[in-house]
Amino acid sequence: MENLAMHISNGIVNGPVAAAFGALALVALALCVFRSRQDLDDRLAPMAGLVAAFIFAVQMLNFPIFTGAVSGHLLGGALAAVLVGPWVGALCVAVVLIVQSLIFGDGGVAMLGLNITNMALIGVAVAYLLVALLLRILPRTVSGLAVTAFVASVLSVLVASQGFVLQYWLGGTTDVGNSIGGLAGTMAAAHLLIGVGEGLITATTVVTVAKVRPDLVYALRSLRPLSTAREFPVPGGAR
Amino acid sequence: MGAGHAHVLYRERTSAVHRLPPEVKIAAMVVFTLAVVATPREAFWAFGGYLGLLLLVAAVSRVGLGWLASRSLIELPFVVFAFALPFLGTGEQVTWLGLELSVDGLYGGWNILAKGTLGVLASLLLAGTTTMRDLILGLDRLHCPQILTQIATFMLRYLDVLVGEARRMRVARISRGDDPRFLWQLRGFAAGVGALFLRAFERGERVYLAMVSRGYQGRMPGVWLATGAATTRHWLVAATVPLAATGIAAAAVVLG
Repeated sequence: MENLAMHISNGIVNGPVAAAFGALALVALALCVFRSRQDLDDRLAPMAGLVAAFIFAVQMLNFPIFTGAVSGHLLGGALAAVLVGPWVGALCVAVVLIVQSLIFGDGGVAMLGLNITNMALIGVAVAYLLVALLLRILPRTVSGLAVTAFVASVLSVLVASQGFVLQYWLGGTTDVGNSIGGLAGTMAAAHLLIGVGEGLITATTVVTVAKVRPDLVYALRSLRPLSTAREFPVPGGAR
Repeated sequence: MGAGHAHVLYRERTSAVHRLPPEVKIAAMVVFTLAVVATPREAFWAFGGYLGLLLLVAAVSRVGLGWLASRSLIELPFVVFAFALPFLGTGEQVTWLGLELSVDGLYGGWNILAKGTLGVLASLLLAGTTTMRDLILGLDRLHCPQILTQIATFMLRYLDVLVGEARRMRVARISRGDDPRFLWQLRGFAAGVGALFLRAFERGERVYLAMVSRGYQGRMPGVWLATGAATTRHWLVAATVPLAATGIAAAAVVLG
C-alpha cells in the first residue's frame, strides 16, 4: 500500500468524509483568495505562475524508492511558502492539483478536497510556520536559509502524509483493522525519504534565488537582508 | 514558443464533443464523477452503465479507444493499492486459488479500481477534447476566482518556458563535455535546478511584462470571453451524460 502517491483517487475514501474535507478546502481557499488580493502585485504574479509550473513539473517526477515498491512525488509546499508566501502559495498548489485532476486524471475530482487539504493547506501552512519561526532563530546567513528550507520541506511533507492517514482512518472504504498504525508508519517512512529529496531541491532553489534576487523571496521581505561575504570589498571589485 | 495552446493530451479532431463550450464539458465531467463516486460498490451493473456512457462519448468525440486505454495507465500506482487490499482487509475471509482473501478487502479493491478507472477515463475525455486555453476560459466562465485562473494561465504558459530552459541547459552541459545517462543525469540536474528556476523566472518575467504592455489586466481578452459561450442548447446536450449517470446512481442506491 506504500505505492499510494499523495494524490488520492476516486473511491479510496468514502463520500461523506470527502465532502466534509471538500467544504473545508473550499472555505480555506476562499480565505486564501481574499488574503492574497493584496499580495499579488507585478512581481508576485509571474513568480506565482512559475512556482505553480515548477511544482507541476516536479510532481510529474515519481520517486521510486526501495526497488520500485514505494513511490511518491515531491509536493512543493515549502517552495511555494518561501517564495510566494502562505496565501498565494496555497493557491498555487491548489491550482496544480485542480488542473491535474481535471486533465490528467491524477487524483480523483471527487477527492479534490482531500488532496487540497493535505498538500495545499497542511503542507503549505506547516512549511510557512516553520519558515517564519526558523528564520528568526537561525543566523541570517545563506546556510541558515538553506537549513530553514530543508527542515520546512521535510516536516511539511511528513505532516501532509499523516493528513492522508487521518482521512483514511475517518473514512477509508476498506477496514484495514489495526493496521492503521502500520499505514501511518509506512507513509511516514516513505515520505521521510521524499521529504529529504524535496528538501534538497527546495534548499538549492531558494538559496540560488535569494543570492541573486533576494527581492523575489517572500519570506525575506520583512526581514533584514541576508549577510553574505560579498558585502565586503574584495580584490578586483565585486563580481 | 508560440505553440502553447494545446497540450500533450489534446487530440486534434473535429467532433460534436470538441465543439461544445468548455464550461459545459467541465461541469458534465464533475457531475459524472460525483455520480460514480456516490454509487454503492455492490451495484456492479451500474459501473457497466457508466463505462457504456463513457464509451459512447469516446465514440462521438473520435479520440480513439487505443489512445484512451494506453493513457489510462496513469492510474497504475493506485491499482497496485487496490490489489493489496484483499490481503490486508479484516473480517470474513474467502479462499480462492489457495489464497486467503478478505471479502471486505476484495470489495474495497474493486471499489478503487472501478471508480478510479472511470474517473481517469472521464478526465481523459475532457483533456482530449479541450485545449488548455479553452479549459481556463471555461473555468473563468464558471466563476472560478480570477486569481486562480490567473495563476493557472501563467502556470501553463511557464511550463513551456521551464521545459525550454531545461532543454537549453542540457544542450549546454552536453556541449561542454557532460555525458548525461540515466542516474548520473540526476546530479547535474540537481546542481542546476536553482539556476534553471532563476533563468525561467527571468524569461517568464519578460513574458509577463510583454503581456502587461499589450494591455493584460489579469484576465484573458474580452473577445475570448464573449464569443462561443454556452447557450441553453449546449447545456441541454451536455447534460444528457451526467443526467443518465445520476439516474443510474439513484437507481443503484434505491435498489442496492
